[in-house]
Amino acid sequence: MATINWAAIDSTPRFRELHDRKTRFLWGLMAFSVVYYFLLPIGAGYFTDLYKVKVWGPVNIGLLFALSQFLLAWGIAYFYARRASQFDEMAEKIARDADATGGRK
Amino acid sequence: MNIRRRLLIPALAVGAASVLATEPAFAQTVPTQWRFLTFGVFAAIIALTMYVTYVAAKRVKTTADFYAAGGGVSGLQNGWAIAGDYLSAASFLGIAGLISLYGYDGFMYSVGWLVAYITVLLVIAEPCRNIGKYTLGDILAFRNNPKTVKAFMAVSTITVSTFYLTAQMVGGGVLVKTLIGIDYEYSVIAVGVLMLGYVIFGGMVATTWVQIIKAILLVLASLVMVFLVWSQYGFGGPEYFQQVIGDPKIQARVGGLLGDAARTMSPQELGQRFLEPGLYLKSPIDQISLGMALVLGTAGMPHILMRFFTVPTAKQARISVIWAMAIIGGFYVLTLFLGTGAAMLVGPTTIIAADPGGNMAAPLLAQFLGGGPDSMLGNLMLSFVAAVAFATIVAVVAGLVLAAASAMSHDIWVGIVKGEHATDAEERRAARICTLIVGALAIVIGILAQGQNVAHLVALAFAVAASANLPVVLLTLYWKRCNTGGVVAGLVVGTLTAIGLVLVSPNMTYPLQVKAVQQKIIDAQTPRIAKVNADIAAASDPAAQDKLKKDLAAAQKAKSGAEAALAKVGTGTTSLVGLEKPLFELRNPGLISIPIGFLAVLIGSLLYRDRRAEEMWDELYVRSNTGIGRAAAAAH
Repeated sequence: MATINWAAIDSTPRFRELHDRKTRFLWGLMAFSVVYYFLLPIGAGYFTDLYKVKVWGPVNIGLLFALSQFLLAWGIAYFYARRASQFDEMAEKIARDADATGGRK
Repeated sequence: MNIRRRLLIPALAVGAASVLATEPAFAQTVPTQWRFLTFGVFAAIIALTMYVTYVAAKRVKTTADFYAAGGGVSGLQNGWAIAGDYLSAASFLGIAGLISLYGYDGFMYSVGWLVAYITVLLVIAEPCRNIGKYTLGDILAFRNNPKTVKAFMAVSTITVSTFYLTAQMVGGGVLVKTLIGIDYEYSVIAVGVLMLGYVIFGGMVATTWVQIIKAILLVLASLVMVFLVWSQYGFGGPEYFQQVIGDPKIQARVGGLLGDAARTMSPQELGQRFLEPGLYLKSPIDQISLGMALVLGTAGMPHILMRFFTVPTAKQARISVIWAMAIIGGFYVLTLFLGTGAAMLVGPTTIIAADPGGNMAAPLLAQFLGGGPDSMLGNLMLSFVAAVAFATIVAVVAGLVLAAASAMSHDIWVGIVKGEHATDAEERRAARICTLIVGALAIVIGILAQGQNVAHLVALAFAVAASANLPVVLLTLYWKRCNTGGVVAGLVVGTLTAIGLVLVSPNMTYPLQVKAVQQKIIDAQTPRIAKVNADIAAASDPAAQDKLKKDLAAAQKAKSGAEAALAKVGTGTTSLVGLEKPLFELRNPGLISIPIGFLAVLIGSLLYRDRRAEEMWDELYVRSNTGIGRAAAAAH
């Protein structure tokens, strides 16, 4: 393993592409989910009247919003799992190349 | 109603005494004639976990087996084990209790515990699996000065684990005592000894399986209970909540919580208020601060991150988080029904009488659903939930002890003292000795902390993990300039800021404030007692006299309670750190300490020049994204 030239792999277009796509995807999703989550306590504290609006029998917006957090978390997990298989394929190719020629010194 | 009254009588005898107080005559939830059921169910579950440990012990042949189950755990198995590790008694019993007493706020509180896994899934699990070996120290040592960062990370790991562990041990001791009536000390020793058995003999293999078994039992028990609750209300959605808001016990509870403000509200409005925010969480800023600690702290919890070293590939690490999210999230949704169901069927008054924190909501609901305290099935179901709660504590404690012991043996003893020169057998022996030390400490701390309010220690553990562990792990993995200087600064500053802010926060006991509050009660009750006494003398009608006597008893009870609290405070005037009143108003320090932790890593890294950290960056980043170099470990 000591023979692998990591800098060389790091600068290959393939790895750069993986890096760019992953960075954009992961941190974008991360930022979105954090903002969405903090809307819940912020809304409960400062927009209480909105949370009290009943939409489905006694079920109000606050309750639905809290439930939507669960759906969103599961949605993100599902969405990421699907996208990650593309990342896996790219990483696998990079790993294979590293074994063959590209990465060796 | 009969059932409820029977439960109420012994419970009222103890009044509002805290479960954490050392009441010898605590209301025992399982009547004596059914105690054999409890022992039977406990014995069955313990026997099952013992058998698993026995099988696992034969599979633990190497150090990698002991710390990380040889990397041979599948994603699905690890997902269940993470859920088992995470759904501690605090979240299993605590959140159901909060919902049963405070409605919406309890449910909102549970959301953060799930959302936390988005951070774990997206940015932590896979790189950790690709870079780490057995401990968090391994991840940091990859590109930083190994001895330095391992020393600091080990201390932080042990600190976080000890905070969490203490809360679990005390909670466990009280719970077992309440549920089956054995002494607190023996409960703590039972939890500790059983856990030590699993970890010492079976290492991570046994710990994983105990966590899986416990998670499955927990989910099964919850599903059955929710089915039974829901079946009583016709499996409706809005119809179910219509029943919730129409329930007189819930309406009375909300009325009691709101006090004067409730006077102008109709019963229906009071019930509806149960589904609205603000009954429990009064300070939005504090709530946001706690949310930050949860969402970022989970990803810095050593016993959670350690679980990712047990899977063979980054993909399996990802799959395990997704399973964990499905299980944990599903469980919290069930908890909404367990909590509201307990509020309707058992009633907040009875739940508070058994435990002011609401922890007995789920066990009491189980007893009710099975037919109540006089029925065999009711007590069987209660025993089952109690045994699951017990298994929960043992499984969580096992994970925590293993995390702390690994930091001690792998990072400190092998990494620093022996300079990475230890044979596999030596390291395995060291790991077992360290487990014994940490486990013995946990038992001692658990017994010493009896009667202390340890609830805030869980929040503190998450705050330290979010302010110290997460910044250094995250920036080591994602920021090229991060180095040893930054890691040390982040760990020290993050930990001290989080702990320091809690020491000067309202979480501590401030004798002067307690005295002022209690004195006010005494001052208000003294003239009331005098007035009622005069009224009794003046009253001629026996019915009116009876009513006044009840008033008198209530007033005297309130006064004596306040006097007892006053006596307990003693002559001190300052808190543990010598303050008369809190310097810092937030109960959860995350809002301040997390940014400070990140800032410390940034500044420390920029001030300290470390060429190796930058040279190693390419290797770390390529490995973390591709898993190259970790295949060998996976093939093990």
